[in-house]
Parts: sequence; C-alpha cells; structure tokens
Amino acid sequence: MTTKPISLLEPSILRNAALAAFAKMSPLKLWRNPVMFATELAAIYVLILFARDIATGEQGAVFAGQIAFWLFLTVWFATFAEGIAEGRGKAQAASLRRARSELTARRIIDGKPQPAAAAGDLQLGDLVEIIATEFVPADGEVIEGVATIDESAITGESAPVIREAGGDRSAVTAGTRVLSDRIVVKVTAIQGSTFLDRMIALVEGASRRKTPNEIALGVLLAGLSLIFVLAVATIPAFAAYSGGVVSAVALASLFIALIPTTIGGLLSAIGIAGMDRLVRFNVLATSGRAVEAAGDVDVLLLDKTGTITLGDRQAVAFIPAPGVNERDLADAAQLASLSDETPEGRSIVVLAKERFAMRGRDMGQAKFLPFSAHTRMSGVDADGAVIRKGAVDAIIVHVRARADAVEVSPEVRKAADKVGREGGTPLAVSRDGRVLGIVHLKDVVKGGVKERFAELRRMGIRTVMITGDNPLTAAAIAAEAGVDDFLAEAKPEDKLGLIRKEQAAGRMVAMCGDGTNDAPALAQADVGVAMQTGTPAAREAGNMVDLDSDPTKLIEVVSIGKQLLMTRGSLTTFSVANDVAKYFAIIPALVLTIYPSLQALNVMQLSSPNSAILSAIIFNALVIPALIPLALKGVKWRAAPAGELLARNLAIYGVGGLVAPFIGIKAIDLVVSSIGLA
Amino acid sequence: MRLEGWVLIFVFVSLVALIARPMGLYLTAVFEGRKTWLSPVLAPLERGFYRLAGVKEGAEQDWKGYAGALVVFSLVATLALFALMQLQHLLPLNPQGFGPVPANVAMNTAVSFVTNTNWQAYSGETTMSHLTQMAGLTVQNFLSAAVGMAIAVAFARGFARKGTGQIGNFWVDMTRATLYVLLPISILFAVYLIASGVPQTVAGSLPATTLEGVRQDIAIGPIASQEAIKMLGTNGGGFLNANSAHPFENPDAWTNLIQMLSIFAIGAGTTIMFGRMVGDERQGWAILAAMGLLFVVGTGVAYWSETQVGPALAAAGVDPGMGNMEGKEVRFGLSGSALFAAVTTAASCGAVNAMHDSFTALGGLVPLINMLAGEVIVGGVGAGFYGILLFAILTIFIAGLMVGRTPAYLGKKIESREVKLAVLAILASPLAILAGTAIASATEVGRSGVLNGGPHGFSEILYSFASTAGNNGSAFAGITVNTDFYTYMHAAAMLIGRFMVIIPALAIAGSLAAKPIAPASAGTFPTNGPLFIGLLAFVIVVVGALTFLPALAVGPVAEATANTLN
Repeated sequence: MTTKPISLLEPSILRNAALAAFAKMSPLKLWRNPVMFATELAAIYVLILFARDIATGEQGAVFAGQIAFWLFLTVWFATFAEGIAEGRGKAQAASLRRARSELTARRIIDGKPQPAAAAGDLQLGDLVEIIATEFVPADGEVIEGVATIDESAITGESAPVIREAGGDRSAVTAGTRVLSDRIVVKVTAIQGSTFLDRMIALVEGASRRKTPNEIALGVLLAGLSLIFVLAVATIPAFAAYSGGVVSAVALASLFIALIPTTIGGLLSAIGIAGMDRLVRFNVLATSGRAVEAAGDVDVLLLDKTGTITLGDRQAVAFIPAPGVNERDLADAAQLASLSDETPEGRSIVVLAKERFAMRGRDMGQAKFLPFSAHTRMSGVDADGAVIRKGAVDAIIVHVRARADAVEVSPEVRKAADKVGREGGTPLAVSRDGRVLGIVHLKDVVKGGVKERFAELRRMGIRTVMITGDNPLTAAAIAAEAGVDDFLAEAKPEDKLGLIRKEQAAGRMVAMCGDGTNDAPALAQADVGVAMQTGTPAAREAGNMVDLDSDPTKLIEVVSIGKQLLMTRGSLTTFSVANDVAKYFAIIPALVLTIYPSLQALNVMQLSSPNSAILSAIIFNALVIPALIPLALKGVKWRAAPAGELLARNLAIYGVGGLVAPFIGIKAIDLVVSSIGLA
Repeated sequence: MRLEGWVLIFVFVSLVALIARPMGLYLTAVFEGRKTWLSPVLAPLERGFYRLAGVKEGAEQDWKGYAGALVVFSLVATLALFALMQLQHLLPLNPQGFGPVPANVAMNTAVSFVTNTNWQAYSGETTMSHLTQMAGLTVQNFLSAAVGMAIAVAFARGFARKGTGQIGNFWVDMTRATLYVLLPISILFAVYLIASGVPQTVAGSLPATTLEGVRQDIAIGPIASQEAIKMLGTNGGGFLNANSAHPFENPDAWTNLIQMLSIFAIGAGTTIMFGRMVGDERQGWAILAAMGLLFVVGTGVAYWSETQVGPALAAAGVDPGMGNMEGKEVRFGLSGSALFAAVTTAASCGAVNAMHDSFTALGGLVPLINMLAGEVIVGGVGAGFYGILLFAILTIFIAGLMVGRTPAYLGKKIESREVKLAVLAILASPLAILAGTAIASATEVGRSGVLNGGPHGFSEILYSFASTAGNNGSAFAGITVNTDFYTYMHAAAMLIGRFMVIIPALAIAGSLAAKPIAPASAGTFPTNGPLFIGLLAFVIVVVGALTFLPALAVGPVAEATANTLN
C-alpha cells in the first residue's frame, strides 16, 4: 500500500476509534447487532432503575448505578473494537484519496492531443496520451506504445513495471505514474468506478456487507439470546412460587451475562480484520464472501510457469555423445551461448563455469548466429569451427547436410528421449559435422513448493498443475513438484471445463490468472485471483486482485479465509462456554434469599450476592477488550487435518472458556469486595 | 451400590447395541422399498391400501407437501379420537358402562395420543371403554409412532439426496412403518406378554375376594395388545393407571427387560438406518454412541442415587442397605426401576414401573434432565433421531467454523437457513416448558393443583411440562392434572413440542435435499469419530443446562442441597 504497514494499536487509530465508538452506540446504528442492541436496552433499563432508586432513596442505587455503567461500557467496548478494525482501513483510504484527487488527463480526439483537463470528465472509450512523469488519469488499456510505470501508489512496490500495448500486460491503473516513454491509453473505467475507487471503498469497509456465514452465525447468536430471554424472564414466576422476589437489576445482569456478548461484540471486528489481513498481503477481495469462500477451497488450480517452476529452463547436465569428452561438449556449448542472452543460454554458461571452471573468452573474430524460430537453432562461427546448438531434430538435419558429416550415434537420440521423459528439454550441440552431445535443460521447480503442497494436502486441498507442456513432461514436473494432478496441453477452455467438472462434484475451486483468455475461468472459479499486471478483463472477472502479481499467494489467501472462520468459531465457543461460570456466580446470588441452601452452588465462594453479580458483569465487559487483539489478528493457524485443528481449538477456547471466567470472576470479586464496591 | 445392578445396566446397553444393526438394516430395506422377508405377505396388502386410498407409490412430495399431509392427518386423527371418547357410552365394548370422557380430558387425551406423548390425565380402567382403548388409543399408538418414523426417514433423505426438493411420500412412509415394522413386532411381543400372564380379553373385570374377605373388582381387558405397541412405539400410555408397575402390564423381571429393550429398539435402529442411507454406517453409530454416552452417565447417577437412603428414610430407621425402595415394585428392585425410569424418559416413552415422585432428589433429577435435554437420548421413535440431528447441526456449525471452513455435515453445507430452522426447533421445548411452568407456578389455579409445597412441588410442575413438551408422557405425579387449566396448558405444550419441531425439521430436510453433496477430505471435520461423539453429547448437555439451570436450581437442586444441609 501507499504507506508502510500501520500498527494496529497506533495511538491515532485508537483515539479515532474511541471517539467513533460513541457515535456507533446510537441505537439506530446498533440495532443491526441484536446482541449488543439487547445489551444497550438492558443498560438503559438498569439506568432507569438507578434513577428511580435515587429518587426514592433506595439503598440499592449505588449497585444499580455500577451495573448500568458496566453495561454501557460493554457496548462501548464492542463498538470500540469495530472502530479499531476499521481504523487502519480508514487511514489507508485517506492516502489513496489524495492520490486520486488531483489527476488530470490529456485526451486525444481525432488523433490530436488536447490540453489537460480534469480526469473526472473522462468517458469510457476515451483515448488519453500519457508521457513520462505524468499520472495515469483513469483505469485503462494501453493501445499504443510501451512505458515503465511506477505503481507503488497501489502496490507499495517501488520497482517500476513495464506496460505495453497488446498481450497480457496492457492494464494501467489510475493514480500510478509513467516514468518513461509515451503511451496511449483507452479508458476502461471512469472515476467513481476505477480500481482506486474500489480499493478505497474496500479498505474503508464502506461497501462491507455481512457475509453468508456471518449471517448464519448471527442467527445462531440471536437464537441463543432468545433462549436466554426465556430462561431469565421465567425466573420471577419461579421465585413467586416460593413467595420470593428477585431484583430486577440482578435479572437484567443475568440476562446480559448469559447472552453471547463477547462474540456479538467482536463479530464485525473479526470480519473487517480478515479483509484487512488480505489487504496487508497486498490482495484485494471484492467481497467478504470471497474471503470466506477461500477458506472452503478444495482444489487449487496453479499455472506451472511462475508458480510451480521458476519459469525459465536451466541447463543441469552435459550428456556427451559416445567418444566425446564431456569437457569438449561443455566447451562448445559455452561458446555457442556466450552471446546468447536468453535465460537458457546464460544457464549453460553458468553450468560450464560450475562444472569445468570455464570463463568467458575474447571472441573478437567470432560471428554469432541468433536463434530463429525458422532454423530452431543458434550458434557461432569461430576459429573456423561451426558450432550450433538447438532442437535435436534441427541439429541432426544441419549436421547431415554438411560434407564432413559423421553418423549420429543412436546413443544421442536415446539420451535426448530420456531427457524428454524426465520432463526436461534436450538441446543438441554440434561442432562442424559432428554432434557432440546433449545439454539437459530442465524446468526447475521452485524451492519449497513441494513442502507447501504437502501442507495443502494435509489440509485436504488438492493441487492441480496447469501447463501447456505435453503430458509426458507435465507428469515428470508434477511428480517432482508433488502436485496431486495436472492438466497438460491445457487450452483456456480446458481450464474452464476442469473447473466446471470439479464444481459439479461439489468441490470449491480456486485459481489465479492474468490473461484475457483466463477471464472465463476466473469468473467461473469460486475464488479467482487476478494479477494486478493482468488485463482489465481478467481483473474484472476475478473476485480478488493480487497487487504483487504473485500466483503462489493463493495459498496465503486460503489460509486467511480459514483463519477468519476459525476465529469466529473459536470466539463463539469461548463466549458460550463462559456462561457456565456466570450461572454459578449469579444464580445462587439471585435466589439465595429464597433458598439459602443454594449457597452450595456458590462454588467460587464469592463474597456477597451483589459482589457476585457485579463481578460477573465486569468480567463480561472486560473480556471484550481483552480479546480485541485476538479478534484482529485471528487465532493461530497452521496446516493440519480438520480433526487436529478442532481438538486444539476446543482445548484452548472450549475448555479455556469454561475455566477462565471462574478464575476471572473470583479475582474481580476479591477486588470488588476489598475496595467495597459491593 | 450392588454388582447385579451394574450388570443389568451393562447387559441392557449391550443388548441395545446388538439389536441396533439388524433393526437398522431392516428399516433401511423397508423405507427404501426393497424386498424384505415379509414382502410376500405384506406387499399385496400394502398395494391394496394404496389403491384404496388413491396414493401413488412413486409420487414424492416436497417438504411442504409432506408436512401438509402430516398436519392434516394428525388433525383428523385428533378429532376422530376426541369424538370416540365423547361417544363411547353409545358404542359397544363398554362392559363397565363408562359415560363419555369429560371434554377437557378427552381433548387432552386426543392431543396426547396423536402427538405420541401419551400423557394421561385419567385412569384408564375407570374412564375408557374397551372400544376407546382398542380402536382409539391403541390405533393412535401405532399411527403416532409411524408418523415419527416417517419424519425420521424423510429427514435422513435430506442428507442422502442431492439436487432435489423431494423428501418422500408421507402416506407411503407411514404405511410401511406400520405394516412392516410396528405391526409384526407388536404381534410377536403381545403373544410373548400373553404367555407371561398379561390379560388379553374383552371382559371388563374379575370379581375377587381379598384376604380380608372384601369383594373387589379387578380390572382386566385387552391389555397385552396395547402393552406391546405402548413400548415399541415409545407411547407409554398404560391400559391401567399403574402403568408398567402393575403386574397385569408388566408381570416379571423378564417382561421388564424386554419392555425396556423394545422402547429403545426402533430408536437405536433408526440411527443405523441413517448411516446406511447416507452411505457410511459409522455416521449412524456415532449418533448412537453420543446417545449412549449420555444415557449411561445419567442412568449410572440415577441408580447410584437410588441405592442411597434419604435423610427422611434414614430418620425413620430404614436399613441403609435397602436403598430407596419407596414407590418401587419389589419384583423389579432398585436397578430394574432406576434403569426403567432412565430408559422411559430418555426415549420419550413415558411408561413407568415405579413412582418417579418417590425417587431421591438426584434420582428424580436424571429422568427430568433426560426430558429437558430435548428427548434426544435415543428418544421417541423417529423423534429422537431428528431431534438429535438438530443438535448435530448446531454442533457442526460451531465445530465446522473452528476448522476454518463453512460448516458442512455429511457434505451438506449448513447455512443460515438451516441454522435458523434448527434454532427454531430447539426453541420449542424451552418455550413450552419454561413458559408453561412459569404460568403455572405464578398463578393460583396452577399452584392449587400441586400436592407438595416447596421446591418439590415446583419440580412436580416442571416435570409435568417437561414430560408433555417432550412428548414423553411419564408422570412425576403429585399434581392434579385433570383440571381445565392443566389439561389445556399441557395440550398446548404437547402440540408445541411436537409440531414446532417437526415442521422446521422437515423444512431442513427439504433444504438439505436440494443441496449438492461436497466430498469429504482431510479438511472436513470427521463426524464419525470420538471427537464428534463427545462434542455432540457435550453440546446437548450445555444447551440443556444453560436453558434450564435456573428452573432446576429452584426445583430439584434446591431440594437436594436442602437435604444435604439437613
């Protein structure tokens, strides 16, 4: 992002959140959160009782006043949590807005550049000219020229990137800056709907809607609250059976202690923080729904190139023909590659240096032949020798056509076939009429990917490699990288077909892509991550955009989705488990005057009924700020089978949720009674 | 604490586990319409019924059609039963010459038998004619049980199917349940009971001269035929007021054991049927294991508590080695009574062979908790199964989140619609029990029916609403329930407890049946292992505890703690 990561507990964010929390306490805004709304109603009710007690000089007034205070504080803590979660997004949005505000554009009408005008006036389809040092005024597609562009305003990445007309790197984004050259851009989004605008809305949380899972959880929490309405509202009647009366303040306290205020208060903060975690990973999701879907992914489709392999083939071995010294082969291959600037060529030079310590040499008289698609070879004519390297067939044809041709040993072909079977590319090298041997070029699998895929497998996620290679090569690379499956000789429509097939079997599919021809598949996938460098079509089709254009991020996206759901589940469990201790605190206090024998339920030995109730309410309030960091950071997550994760989270949040309040309430009771609050 | 008691409990649990599988396989075959060994005889009969009633066997219903048929059927059955009781004095088979049943009691009874509750605000032998018992109450014993089984099957189909709104045909499911399952087993069972000495006659009573030389009329009648389905269909409505404590209903220790087994037989088998239908039998065993876990713990506590002697008995000089024999039949003893009490309340049966009111505080608390837990520990035929699956849905929802996925049970995503409906269904029982108890205990008309004062009297009210809302029907007793107030309040509790669960359950089935089934992977939480079993049992206990703790605190807990203080 534009600014360096902002700390969660930055004083300015905390200050803003503290103030915003008061505004959020308005019942008009709070009613969307039933649990907190109920808490506020209870607080107002107790406040009225407090006022009545003051007016009538009742001695319970001080107690009622304290309860009312803590109930209001509970609501404030909840809105404060939401404020903090939104705070960082707000700060980021503000700096993004600055980037947007002063953009101007020079349109091209009938081929003539016009004077600069406000970018806000641009229409879809307008052509604009942008030269070095100018800002891109609107999202668009380069239709003419090539330029280096500084996209750090959006991605935070300071290294400039190249954008050019045609191909998959043609998209430019409003607010980025052209560093060199001149391009002509066709506007694809007008102000208000540009990528920058969407980003502002997203990080600010303005367009945040409740996600399906959040709604379902909300229903569960509301249902639990209803059960507690029944449980608490019937107590006066039960007490009346024995002729007793229960205090209204105590009943309201019991109700609030029982309803899931902890998760109810933190629920929206958890959701916002989840989106925020993605943003910090430089991934923008168009909706919270997409983040949740990421947690559910069963199948990951990964492009081979760039994701699984380094993208460029590297020379890994020299395989000399019978009767040829390996050093001679290396020597010839190096000579042929010295002026070959392709990654393959450079890797041959490097290999020769590694194996035989060969250095570069003066090639004054040499004549280089660059690679051409027509001849399918390249080479050098030096010191009277004709050295060629290239596709095995092409080299054999070339050698046979010469007068000094030496019969090609069948061993050479065998070696070439073997390299092909192992997923590599054989490159033949010849000097004059003789084939010297084969250079083994290999698709190098990125370090660590095998471990990541194993991790994914343990989480139950299947990885499928997509490649244009032939099945043989694909199988070899798939085996080396440890993916579960592969799709060879894949055309864009094959990708789409594969996604549909997996979805028909009930699986959720994630993929990433950048090209226009990826757009249908991106749209079809449950989670489609488009690369920031990709075409506008791809960026529109996906439901996430990766600003770093790093396809391996899909894995992080999945874990962020999972972590979001886990945090919700864990805090819900914690919240509900807390109720057991609260019952043991409040029930004896509530009916002690009617049934003195129920003192036996006061297992915490709380000092007095009022202190017990007040302590439970204070605990209930304080647990919200105590859990804010957890809600924002998310519960600890690691790749493991579901059963293991559940057992672990149950032990921490279930058992912990049962035990913690017993200790917490007792401790608070000691303080409350020692300073004489109740 | 005696060894033979623990042996009995162990043997009983083992026998239930042994019965579950064959019963489950048979139920699966019946409801999937496959041939069974009874088909040659019953299939033509079944087809004949469909032709007569105009039911198309292959025509399936969506959940609304299924629920609609069920509600209409229940309504008609209630009215017919009510009419029969009102007109019994004009109809034959009334050897004792009973008059019409009082309207409020008849209404209460009609609702009670149609909802498979069998709460009895009357004494059978002094109120009901043989015709009412045979053609009214016994028939409803069959039909209300068959309805429960049909819902369970429809619910299981929701998980087994994908991409369809259809969950089966109510009329077909109900016919098959009655014809292939309830009738054949009941006939065998009744013959066994007759052989054990249970009367089966249309005569009204036997004159006898007692040892003191007093002449007494001993009530008899077609008892064996009603007794069999009373157990098998988890109905529990006795022919005689003393229910299974009466030697004519439950003559000896063997009939006692068989009666208990028959209460659990279909409920346990239904879980296995579910497992088979969703293609993984272990899923069914997991559900049964969660039920078993709760059952064994509860029964153990109840039995242990009954072997203790309360302070009042101790003060009266009762030998502590006797245990609490007040209100128990000597031929069943402590374990036979405590186990029966646990079984009958766990399974929503409601037959009793001992006076629950005379149990120790803790011993009486266990049957109460069994009912408050929502009648899901095996539960009523069918009802216990869909009841526990509602809890399973909630368990999965929270557990599923904790593994970082949208929760799914057996490949079906649990989303807000399912959560909403499950919460609604689970709310039914607290609503009926807590609201009913509150109204009764806060009003003079409610309090006047109660025999005992103090927390024990409160427990009597609470138990009666737990029993009616849970469609159990067992009585704690100690409360006069044939007043207008209680007959109407209890009828309302029974209706809420039945239909406010059934309708959401069928809606869930319909919604699930339409969803695709996501294949399981290492990332999905396994629902056939010990972790799920423990968690499910725990959720049932916690939800029950959180809901009813205040009520239990001022009832049985206040009584128990007061006893200890004394």
